[in-house]
Amino acid sequence: MLSVDISKQLGEFCIEASFASSGRVTGLFGASGAGKTSLINMIAGLLRPDRGVIALDGETLDDVADRKHVPAHRRRIGYVFQDARLFPHLDVRQNLEYGRRMNSLADDPVQRARVTDLLDVGSLLDRRPGQLSGGERQRVALGRALLSKPRLLLLDEPLGSLDDERKVEILPYLVRLRDEASVPMVYVSHDAGEMRQLATSVVMLSRGRVSAFGGTEILPGSLAEVSARA
Amino acid sequence: MAIQLSLRVAAVATLVATPLGIAVAWLLARRDFWGKSLLDALIHLPLVLPPVVTGYLLLLMLGRRGVLGGWLADHLGIVFAFRWTGAALACGIMAFPLLVRPIRLSIEAVDRRLEQAAGTLGAAPWKVFSTITLPLALPGVLAGMVLGFAKAIGEFGATITFVSNIPGETQTISSAVYSLIQTPDGDTAALRLVAVSIVIALAALVASEWFARRAVQRLHGE
Repeated sequence: MLSVDISKQLGEFCIEASFASSGRVTGLFGASGAGKTSLINMIAGLLRPDRGVIALDGETLDDVADRKHVPAHRRRIGYVFQDARLFPHLDVRQNLEYGRRMNSLADDPVQRARVTDLLDVGSLLDRRPGQLSGGERQRVALGRALLSKPRLLLLDEPLGSLDDERKVEILPYLVRLRDEASVPMVYVSHDAGEMRQLATSVVMLSRGRVSAFGGTEILPGSLAEVSARA
Repeated sequence: MAIQLSLRVAAVATLVATPLGIAVAWLLARRDFWGKSLLDALIHLPLVLPPVVTGYLLLLMLGRRGVLGGWLADHLGIVFAFRWTGAALACGIMAFPLLVRPIRLSIEAVDRRLEQAAGTLGAAPWKVFSTITLPLALPGVLAGMVLGFAKAIGEFGATITFVSNIPGETQTISSAVYSLIQTPDGDTAALRLVAVSIVIALAALVASEWFARRAVQRLHGE
């Protein structure tokens, strides 16, 4: 269960968001500039809210009034960035192992094999990130985040930097991830189609505020939404 | 003898200055703090001060009757004045700004978003530094070391002022050349040393150019 009730001033722009979700995939949906990335950066601990509380599974991660802030590296929250952010000086294998090493987790060949299979990155292990295609990079980034054994996985438009062909290539992996990996996810996107395929509940964000919360039927263009408008 | 001493002085100066240089470069590149511009100016001071002035200041502070020098000699038995270690200290200080600069630039060039990503994977700040920032900045560190070494090996003004020109103890290539030029018939020996310093300087420049190119490749992950 993830609960967020925060506000943050960023220049002229103000984010005031409050929601709680225990869905398998919470979709954070909104146009670009709606504050989606800033919001998940706060969940990840990369950005500190000005006011409010963020809690995950009963543990308070941020409580401004109480001056509590758990730094990003102690949150055990995985993050897949739009631009993958693989470490260029490490090969794919070392990138995948990074989180396990940093958290001093025991080697878990079973999980490693499962993630490697799930994301189909077994043939890439000895390559450097510079030698990967955009889609391959994103798959490795997914694997890297998963293998750090996070309690929650944040995905910030993981398909955003890919062309349509690559999107179609990655989407099935994300669906498999949702159904097979037992990690709850927060999925950020401005693409209603992607959302409908992946999200189990949706937080709609516009101009820094939550404008709607519900199932995928609240997404624009869906049947319920169209009939409600008519 | 002078060549060997020069190499030793410059090597020790570089090796001792490097960890300190990395720490200072990181502070300047990644942290905002009170007195940051003062620290920056202080580091660059030896670059703009006449070397003789730097040497004289060292003598005033660390000479046997100097404020710090007396204390160090009495309590820790450490003496810099008129020793090769003093030459290494003078060279280290003179080389420091040249050593710090490339390291600072290469740390600034490391993508902070990679450091953030490492954080979300559970890496504590010092681990982020040792596993991401430093390896990616390594070519810059090596370039800084080469430049610092080259500066240290050629240092003259501060060294001769601080530790004088004692053959076998503080007479580096530069001061040896200086002495030879002042001696009748010293030209041949002087030219030999000149040739050696040209070779060392060229090698250092080529090496630093190579490291800089490596840096680019590394950051692109090829």
